[in-house]
Amino acid sequence: MAYTTVLHCRECGREYPQEPINVCDFCFGPLEVVYDYEAIGKVMSRESIQAGPHSMWRYAELLPVSAENRVDLNAGFTPLIRAKNLANHLGLDELYLKNDCVNPSYSFKDRVVSVAATKALEFGFDTLACASTGNLACAVAAHAARAGMRSYVFIPADLEKGKVVGAAVYGPTVVAVHGTYDDVNRLCSEMADNYGWAFVNINMRPYYSEGSKTLAYEVAEQLGWRAPKHAVVPGASGSMFTKIWKGLNEFANLGFIDPVETRMHLAQAEGCSPIATAAQAGTTTIRPVKPSTIAKSLAIGNPADGYYAVRVIEDSQGSAVIVSEEEVTEGMKLLAETEGIFAETAGGVTVSGLRRLVSEGVIKRGDLTVAYITGNGLKTQEVVEDAVRPVFIEPTVEAFEKAMAVRS
Amino acid sequence: MGAKRRVRFFYPPHLVQHPVIYHLAREYNVVANIRRADVQKEGGWIMMELEGEEADLDGALEWVSTLGIRVDPVDGDVLEG
Repeated sequence: MAYTTVLHCRECGREYPQEPINVCDFCFGPLEVVYDYEAIGKVMSRESIQAGPHSMWRYAELLPVSAENRVDLNAGFTPLIRAKNLANHLGLDELYLKNDCVNPSYSFKDRVVSVAATKALEFGFDTLACASTGNLACAVAAHAARAGMRSYVFIPADLEKGKVVGAAVYGPTVVAVHGTYDDVNRLCSEMADNYGWAFVNINMRPYYSEGSKTLAYEVAEQLGWRAPKHAVVPGASGSMFTKIWKGLNEFANLGFIDPVETRMHLAQAEGCSPIATAAQAGTTTIRPVKPSTIAKSLAIGNPADGYYAVRVIEDSQGSAVIVSEEEVTEGMKLLAETEGIFAETAGGVTVSGLRRLVSEGVIKRGDLTVAYITGNGLKTQEVVEDAVRPVFIEPTVEAFEKAMAVRS
Repeated sequence: MGAKRRVRFFYPPHLVQHPVIYHLAREYNVVANIRRADVQKEGGWIMMELEGEEADLDGALEWVSTLGIRVDPVDGDVLEG
């Protein structure tokens, strides 16, 4: 059973029945799921969680679906790694990396789509859909395959085919739309209103977005039932950032961890930083931008949850950090060379953002810090191709030793 | 009246004083029902439901875009990485 009661508007508070809707009819504010925390508190405990499955579904009571019929590829409960080498490099004592590269379709999107697909089946949908240039498409196609649902993935027509191979292999209908990114956005918003499909991040968004809370629950549990002093998170729509904050506070309100004093830091790349720019300017008004960044998974120019992400930064006494495009690849390489983790560009944004926060004194040496690595580097190999610099030799031991002598 | 569209206009600072919604009604016969807004001297946004004939809505939104006002669905960007 789901421990949810209604949907409510985050702006005007009006309540709605739990249906596939995402916007308040009255004020057009976003809708959010409301839980019966009193009932959850009676059935959920640290012990019940620890007895649960080794996946995000160990926190099922705090997700807006009935877990019995979940669409489950075993997403979540990914490693929290003590990063001693990177910590030494940056000047930290206690740094952890939440490694979501190892999810079933290789990004954190499996968490949100697992919830959205489950809810879609509950609503009776037979088709799962999204607009995506990468990670979300993979997660939607994979979960639809698992659930026996049809799936549609909308992409801009000029997107390189290689970007969607990881999704196409699961058998979705890939629809290439002629037009700009804005045209794709408008088309999908219109289709979500007119087709009887579950668009995971449109009409399913109130449920979908809740899946990101499991990133907070897992970190708190894996740290020994405590929240970190700092969380460094990449920012795209701002949804994951706000849900990590929500998840930590839910755990505190249920008594699983102490009151949360985590400072939330949002990292974006220079080529698309509408949330971080607003936060640094001290305003909650997000000025939309035209994305131009190699961090494609963060390239959302008009972020739906940008306003709420800035509020979380303010409420948590956190900060926003903007890294240069060069720092994105530097961060990817630094992470790979120090910790053996090959993350996609968003991971580079996170690591370089972390480096800045340490050098600026925002994060201090002794502070318990968690950095979220949300997608796998095999998806964006092209941006670090220059790392391939082989030493060419003739097939003799002598040639090898000679080459190594020169190299050293 | 035919169709309805839920949109968000984002105004740059130099257009804040421009009577855009008046022109929508007068020139395009489009009725704007404002639901939420935040407009200050440094720019701002208005969320509204526009109602009119399809062709008039298309023309109105094209005109608004050419002014330099960004027009988006109220959902924000849904094309994700």
